[in-house]
Amino acid sequence: MTLDTVKHASGTPDAEQPWRELGLKEDEYARIREILGRRPTGAELAMYSVMWSEHCSYKSSKVHLRQFGEKAPENDALLVGIGENAGVVDVGQGYAVTFKVESHNHPSYIEPYQGAATGVGGIVRDILAMGARPVAVVDPLRFGAPDHPDTRRVLPGVVAGIGGYGNCLGLPNIGGEVVFDSCYQGNPLVNAGCIGVMKHEDIHLAKASGPGNKVILYGARTGGDGIGGVSVLASETFDDSKPAKRPAVQVGDPFQEKLLIECTLEIFREKLVAGIQDLGGAGLSCATSELASAGSGGMRVELDRVHLRDATLSPEEILMSESQERMCAIVEPDKVERFLAICEKWDVIATVIGEVTEGERLEIYWHGEQIVDVPPRTVAHEGPVYERPYARPSWQDALQADDANALPRPADAEELRAQVLRLVASPNQASKAWITDQYDRFVQGNTVLAQPEDAGMVRIDEESNLGVAMATDGNGRYAKLDPYTGAQLALAEAYRNVAASGARPLAVSDCLNFGSPEDPDVMWQFAEATRGLADACQTLGTPVTGGNVSLYNQTGETAIHPTPVVAVLGVIDDVTRRTPIAFAEEGQLLYLLGDTREEFGGSAWSQVVHDHLGGLPPAVDLDRERLLAEILISASRDGMIDAAHDLSDGGLVQAVAESCLRGGKGARLVVPDGLDAFTFLLSESAGRAVVAVPRSEELRFTDMCGARGLPATRIGVVDGDAVEVQGAFGIPLDELRAAHEETIPGLLA
Amino acid sequence: MTSRIGVVTFPGTLDDQDALRAVRVAGAEAVPLWHRDRDLHQVDAVVLAGGFSYGDYLRAGAISRFSPVMETIIEQAKGGMPVLGICNGFQILTEAHLLPGAMLRNNHLHFICRDQRLTVENAATAWTADYEQGQEISVPLKNMDGRYTADERTLDELEAEGRVAFRYTAGGNAADGYGNPNGSLRDIAGITNAAGNVVGLMPHPEHAVEPLIGTGGTDGLGFFTSILKKLVSAS
Amino acid sequence: MARVVVDVMLKPEILDPQGQAVQRALPRLGFDGIADVRQGKRFELEVDGTVDDAALARIHEMAETFLANTVIEDFVVRVES
Repeated sequence: MTLDTVKHASGTPDAEQPWRELGLKEDEYARIREILGRRPTGAELAMYSVMWSEHCSYKSSKVHLRQFGEKAPENDALLVGIGENAGVVDVGQGYAVTFKVESHNHPSYIEPYQGAATGVGGIVRDILAMGARPVAVVDPLRFGAPDHPDTRRVLPGVVAGIGGYGNCLGLPNIGGEVVFDSCYQGNPLVNAGCIGVMKHEDIHLAKASGPGNKVILYGARTGGDGIGGVSVLASETFDDSKPAKRPAVQVGDPFQEKLLIECTLEIFREKLVAGIQDLGGAGLSCATSELASAGSGGMRVELDRVHLRDATLSPEEILMSESQERMCAIVEPDKVERFLAICEKWDVIATVIGEVTEGERLEIYWHGEQIVDVPPRTVAHEGPVYERPYARPSWQDALQADDANALPRPADAEELRAQVLRLVASPNQASKAWITDQYDRFVQGNTVLAQPEDAGMVRIDEESNLGVAMATDGNGRYAKLDPYTGAQLALAEAYRNVAASGARPLAVSDCLNFGSPEDPDVMWQFAEATRGLADACQTLGTPVTGGNVSLYNQTGETAIHPTPVVAVLGVIDDVTRRTPIAFAEEGQLLYLLGDTREEFGGSAWSQVVHDHLGGLPPAVDLDRERLLAEILISASRDGMIDAAHDLSDGGLVQAVAESCLRGGKGARLVVPDGLDAFTFLLSESAGRAVVAVPRSEELRFTDMCGARGLPATRIGVVDGDAVEVQGAFGIPLDELRAAHEETIPGLLA
Repeated sequence: MTSRIGVVTFPGTLDDQDALRAVRVAGAEAVPLWHRDRDLHQVDAVVLAGGFSYGDYLRAGAISRFSPVMETIIEQAKGGMPVLGICNGFQILTEAHLLPGAMLRNNHLHFICRDQRLTVENAATAWTADYEQGQEISVPLKNMDGRYTADERTLDELEAEGRVAFRYTAGGNAADGYGNPNGSLRDIAGITNAAGNVVGLMPHPEHAVEPLIGTGGTDGLGFFTSILKKLVSAS
Repeated sequence: MARVVVDVMLKPEILDPQGQAVQRALPRLGFDGIADVRQGKRFELEVDGTVDDAALARIHEMAETFLANTVIEDFVVRVES
């Protein structure tokens, strides 16, 4: 058994190394040798291979993501931009909010429960590492066909994992999405978002500065979780008497995470850390190299001091382990004692594993022998960057030419009624309460709005009633038809949802889920979507503060629909002014805001009735979105509207159905002049919302819309116990409720 | 002098801040208590809040029940100190044998979070005096192990002595919060001890004390005003 | 070192939805002929020294007060050779 020390590596330059098995390309391995001026040790090779992976280095996406910085709109609210664990925005009254969305797609397919659970755990630690108290989570989810047997395996596991972990952490789950499409069959998208709140002065950054400061690893013990790939190294370096298999699946312990959160917040309150980083993908390799790289560069770590759950782990494996519920802090020497005392109070294991040093090298020792000696920037930030070739797919024109507006439409009112009922009962449009009722939305006692509202909203100050709202949206069908527009539509919808709740949209996080970057078609989709999103963020004045890219989402040669999921964060000065979606007061007037055109490409109707995907997605008018948002926010603040619901997939009738069922009241609708009932009810034109206006406010409201040039059409009244479309059909609320609410339990319960 | 009501934080307690807030909203002084501390800091009553203390590992409430703070609480509760156990707190009270019965995994095996209709069956306990007998209230419910169970004799005894404090309200739409959400025997949502000072229930009154937050109702506030009135009139 | 095993089972009269869920899944997976499934917990205690009557009595007490909730659960203590 030989330990591959730096000295040993220098003396054995020609030793064969398993760089290929670790996923490195030949030129990447050559570059590592060039950086070090020798061959890497096993531990160094492990660190470089995992940190230079697509997942950690963003090597394929980096060149496109730069636009988010280059095109970032001027925004005074932005306190910390892209590049940190999560962006931070100013929400007023001395508060700052940090938020981010991440993916945990592949692990959730392999082991749905633990994959989804550790996805929640990871994003929560990201937010915590910024110095913030996590206050809410959201979960945008996408699964394969609802009636496919594997969906019955994946979905209940994912939902139970999110609930099992999130509920136990005590974070309200206030939003997200559940979408079904067979393109996600072998590749579900499990994205998770988290919002955290702090005071401006409490922002913490992931950097190790101040030579002599201690490096403390705290939280769960380190085990062999998620290091399947690195075992190849272990078996090379060590004899074969060790357990042959390391678990590829990380297992989460939400109780440990809850203790870690409370412990860390107490440590923040006493101002005991100089820098902090959570341990996620790539574990200690990532945390040590990133902390050192962002600081002055020097760090010395005694790896044998790490508390282990499995004493047989090799140093390479300890560096790679993705054991959950761990954090790494940089602490001034005179504060170490207090730091450790707080950890003891919360039953959290904490160990001083090293210190910040003069110089610019990250050095790692194993029982006194040096096994890593690298410039940390080369590991953490100076990985390879690829300009992957991309080209508009050959099939894109044909797809767009297959116009959904030409599909056969319902012949009469009876058929239209039947199609509307099919729509609201379809898995994508049906009530997701069976799923979301498995998540705690009340804990912490600050939840103002949660699903099925347009946006989730939590109060962050009990005295002033300051609150934040968040919505996440994405439509892979739109993005497949036109990735540039599709990404903009995702942003526009989330932005509109936040505004419909009464909050002012401030900033954006995104989770970009795509297929293989080695496929030029996919790379074109990625390039177009990022360009579209960056352009739209610039126009709407909402900067991207951070996010996540998930590539290689495909089964064999078939990629998922390009699926940019966009989260918009908003602020509301007084949560008591929030606007719910429910039509709750009889006699209130319903107004449709915005323009309705014949736009059915990628629509829910085309999917449900014709199983069709073709044509162009709805047109985007960002200036209109901005105006609509301003009107919705003003009307909410000044008490001119009692309900608002954004119009998106499923069109007006879907929104009206949801608002009626939520409020337990019916609606009588009149088809406006110039529109046919079908287009009125089912078109998915963007930039629209439906609002309920008290009669006493009607004049004030329509005057405001008129003065600012927003089309506002009176389309009906809240009334009765059915959704009636005058001259066409009526659907009693009971029938509507049964159609809308029985689908998901029928498929899954 | 205003009354002091303590709220215990165990490792993994989640709704302690909410319970402290509810105590304050009702007008009492909220006192945080720590599981390792035997001292109750002169509180007049104690709330055991919801959550997943010790991750619900072993059984919900089973490990917390042996914590130092519980030794004092068990002793004083037997002497008449009012104790309210909400959700995980109720589970701890049954594990500590301050209340009879036990809580099992929900019959549908899922965590459930919803607005729940409850009927107040006993408005004479320390924690329910501000309600009317038979009054229907709506408060959030959220649990994994909420199925109340006890043997037939215990159940008959509870009924005969009027110690069923709350029942899940039957009839009406499940979407509106009616019905038994977890398979609890005899629709029992909460019970009291014979003296009426110890009450436990699965639903969360502390989440329904402010308009617009949580369910948007204030039906849960009565628990905290009930105890406050009782403590003030006793002092 | 000796190993003492404590098996904890829900009492027969207590509904066990987890066990039922397992049983319902069995035919789907091609395992027929299983009339009932009950799910329990098994604790493996590594005991320092020898397990004499006094040690067993302590473990019995531990099981009764802590490992099992005798309102709903039964338990069995046995020494593994």
